Amino acid sequence: MKKKKSLPGTIYIIVCFLFLYLPILVTMFFSFNSSKSLTKFTGFSLRWYQELFADAEIMSAVSVSITIALLSTLISTVLGTATAIGLSKNKKVIKELIININNIPIMNPDIVTAIGLMILFSFLKIEKGYMTMLLAHISFCTPYVITSVYPKVRALNPNLANAAMDLGATPWQALYKVIIPMIKDGIFAGVLLAFTMSFDDFVISYFVTGNGVKNISIIVYNMTKRTNPTINALSTIVILVIMIMLIIANAVPAVMRRRKKQAIIRREQTDQGAAA
Amino acid sequence: MKYYIKMVRPYMVWSFLMVVIPMVLIAIYSVTTGGNTLVNIQFTLENFAKFAEPIYVQVFLKSLRIGLITVGICLVLGYLLAYQICRFEERIQSSLILLVTIPMWINTLLRTYAWISILSDNGIINTFLQALGLEPVTMMYTDFAVIIGMVSDFLPFMVIPIHTSLSKIDKSLIEAAEDLGATPFQTFTRVIFKLSIPGVLSGVIVTFLLSISTFVIPKLLGGGQYTLIGNLIENQFISVGNWNFGSALSLILTVVILAAITLMRKLDQEEKEEEL
Repeated sequence: MKKKKSLPGTIYIIVCFLFLYLPILVTMFFSFNSSKSLTKFTGFSLRWYQELFADAEIMSAVSVSITIALLSTLISTVLGTATAIGLSKNKKVIKELIININNIPIMNPDIVTAIGLMILFSFLKIEKGYMTMLLAHISFCTPYVITSVYPKVRALNPNLANAAMDLGATPWQALYKVIIPMIKDGIFAGVLLAFTMSFDDFVISYFVTGNGVKNISIIVYNMTKRTNPTINALSTIVILVIMIMLIIANAVPAVMRRRKKQAIIRREQTDQGAAA
Repeated sequence: MKYYIKMVRPYMVWSFLMVVIPMVLIAIYSVTTGGNTLVNIQFTLENFAKFAEPIYVQVFLKSLRIGLITVGICLVLGYLLAYQICRFEERIQSSLILLVTIPMWINTLLRTYAWISILSDNGIINTFLQALGLEPVTMMYTDFAVIIGMVSDFLPFMVIPIHTSLSKIDKSLIEAAEDLGATPFQTFTRVIFKLSIPGVLSGVIVTFLLSISTFVIPKLLGGGQYTLIGNLIENQFISVGNWNFGSALSLILTVVILAAITLMRKLDQEEKEEEL
């Protein structure tokens, strides 16, 4: 693409970002409001944060969201990575079958996946609650882990594992000392994706939960009838945590790369100095 | 690597149980009557016949219309945004793309909830209009509010694939077009746009899938009476309790989306064949 910046273009970018970030900024701004109004700023206060931490229902929803996200990320990462590693060596028929089945939850609208699981749990007579929510989350996160790990596994040289085993490694040692370190970028991407997918989910959780087990999204959905600034306080915390996570996830590799580059340059300079 | 073939077995069992069986159950429910327990069921096509009633056809057409408008707006805004971002140096580009992705990671419910306080009758926009001495405008519970909510939620899904396609375009192709006497408009329509079609198609597919199946945004910003196909399905399962009709609706939704995806893929294929 050509690199000709234009003023109208830059203004357009700014306007689009304003549009994308407007809801986020409004939420954060009014979370510090001293009154209940979501339109007039009457003064700075941390009142809604205090109320948030005192609200047992919201706090239990936060803990449901976090524990479900952690557990489903852990389980779907292990399940998805194992499947991706096993997949590349399987017969073509089985490989295509699994990949096609794996695409169903990705291509299906959330609501269809959700009612499918809801019907399944009622068919199997499993009582709806924390367990069904966890099972459902593992089920929709795993396909994303497989799709982010599988390309890395396919790019591996199959002789590496064989070489390790020829040199006396057990298959298990070859797996965690050779294969997993080489696909860790894919696994990391899968972890990030699974965690946020699970943490953000509303539709699937909404259909498969019961017995008063609610996550953050369900609480917000139930609260929309009345304005409630504690939701803004909660949003602000969630937004900040996710932003910090994303910035770290993006900045750490960049800093590492720069350090490496600097180290190489420095080495070249000293080499040149030595040569001179 | 043959040692790892068996590692796919857990997921084969899992996906059969949690992905295939739910789809089969939806299919069974959609062609039967006899309550939600599957004890004494009878084959029928009346769930599909019910869909042909004018009231449901209207809901379907409205969903299609709102979905297509949303996709259209996202396409125009998103293409322009991706195009403008591409004019910057690579390092700034990746920061800008990170800024586009951040809202995607933040809970949809929380972002949609924030639009209520922006658009409502005594919300931020109307307070602003009144301060300017203008008449307040009713925006909540209209198509406008629903479309705004959808565009702001789904725009990143359009920008990212288009940006990926645009940034892959070889700069020398554009220079060649210019050297051969193409006007900027011709360069755009005949070179740049054609080469970005894969990105456009995947953006269109994702935003269409999301906007036709959502029930959260219409419920929050359109109000309780605002019914799209997603809301209809939700009602059948949550309040009406007619799982048979709800399953038939989900099946229809899935077929519509699959048809759209197949159509888009075909367009992409024809484009490629034309090039050859």
